[in-house]
Amino acid sequence: MDTQHSDARAVLEGPDIARVLTRIAHEIVERAKGADDVVLLGIPTRGVFLARRLAVKLEQVTGRAVPVGSLDITMYRDDLRLQPPRALARTEIPGDGIDGRLVVLVDDVLFSGRTIRAALDALNDIGRPRAVQLAVLVDRGHRELPIRADYVGKNLPTSLRETVKVHLAEEDGRDTVLLGVKQTPQGAQR
Amino acid sequence: MQRHLISAADLTRDDAVLILDTAEEMARVADRPIKKLPTLRGRTVVNLFFEDSTRTRISFEAAEKRLSADVINFSAKGSSVSKGESLKDTAQTLEAMGVDAVVIRHGASGAPYRLATSGWIDAAVVNAGDGTHQHPTQALLDAFTMRRRLVGRDTGLGRDLAGKRITLVGDVLHSRVARSNVDLLHTLGAEVTLVAPPTLLPVGAHSWPCEIAYDLDSALPKSDAVMMLRVQRERMNAAFFPTEREYARRYGLDGDRMAKMPEHAIVMHPGPMVRGMEITAEVADSPRCTAVEQVANGVSIRMAVLYLLLGGAVFDPKTAPDATTAPAAAHPRTEEK
Repeated sequence: MDTQHSDARAVLEGPDIARVLTRIAHEIVERAKGADDVVLLGIPTRGVFLARRLAVKLEQVTGRAVPVGSLDITMYRDDLRLQPPRALARTEIPGDGIDGRLVVLVDDVLFSGRTIRAALDALNDIGRPRAVQLAVLVDRGHRELPIRADYVGKNLPTSLRETVKVHLAEEDGRDTVLLGVKQTPQGAQR
Repeated sequence: MQRHLISAADLTRDDAVLILDTAEEMARVADRPIKKLPTLRGRTVVNLFFEDSTRTRISFEAAEKRLSADVINFSAKGSSVSKGESLKDTAQTLEAMGVDAVVIRHGASGAPYRLATSGWIDAAVVNAGDGTHQHPTQALLDAFTMRRRLVGRDTGLGRDLAGKRITLVGDVLHSRVARSNVDLLHTLGAEVTLVAPPTLLPVGAHSWPCEIAYDLDSALPKSDAVMMLRVQRERMNAAFFPTEREYARRYGLDGDRMAKMPEHAIVMHPGPMVRGMEITAEVADSPRCTAVEQVANGVSIRMAVLYLLLGGAVFDPKTAPDATTAPAAAHPRTEEK
């Protein structure tokens, strides 16, 4: 997978990602007027790490621990029948649940919007939040559904021939966002 | 994964661990207020039961419904089978109705294999117990219960049962559960010992990948899990042991025998239990007995199996050559392409 990004260009580096997350944390506190009832749910794999990092930043800002969990959307995908069965990831809802809370979904890249649609369906089966917001590290455009992010780390205008790959220290050893050119003419993107 | 689940022996270690890991996630659905996933919406699953069953049929039905599949229940009693319809005609009727999967329980060993390989239907076939041959989902749920109890719920993810010592006690001769468990547990790296009276061991058991012993008391202290098998009186047409009381004394698990097991060891039973025969009420009701837990885990395992067989694209049998799919290649599925 990494070899096809050999000519990829880094658009965000480690310190940029840290600054972006700090800004998003402040925006969440500002919009939620203190973030008392915020629950962060990361979408596996990298959304979960971003959600955990955001939770740490939010705690620094507000002085309170913010519930953080993960929401696997595999079973709710609309393209399940187009590919062999996928392995499932962990769904971990914080102990107090999401009923009446402000749920902030966290993902690495916002592209077609289909992942977020699936996440909204999954949330529906778990509880009834007061409101749902979306935080993404990178918004690369090309939406196929009427979905937008509330908090965007970086707007990255791309062409459909390009790929955006987020690397995070927890999973990939280092923090960086790479913009590359797709090698295969019809690779399945999210 | 293959397209069908006929025998526990067909599963590779990686397949089996994938099913157990998937089941671990499926188990969490049971804790939610809405115990339902949309994953198999629009898929039709037929439960084809030629033999009596409560827990397996209900467990499959619960799993299918939790995944939003359309479920059709068929039992041989009160169907055209009692009028003399053959398996082939029943299968072709189902094919004409457009089913995506068939869960089959049959009294004849090999019926699911025949259904999967004869080219009668294109649907995925899941063996829910055939004669004295195999019961792969039971073996999977047993392995799942063992991994949870002996390795750990979260620490077990991605791991097998390497080095665990499992003892199966009782009527091995008539037990498809025993055969499936020996195959799967061996694949998962466990050391299996069969303990039974010589009359209740099948011919050829010595060639299975397991140890054989005749004395329960000496096997108990070196077991991490002891699985008691039911004496299947309905399949017995000869005298296999002198009296039931003698069997219970020599091969039944009571409180005194349970005390000889290691502290962490569990007692398992695939059900239905015959209290007083292979297991006493004291043992059956003790917290070390996982019989009820096994039933709950059965739903998770069956959800995992159905998801992995039906949840994704139905792949082209030609690209995955194995024994059970070769004849099906003559009927490639077109609607998913």
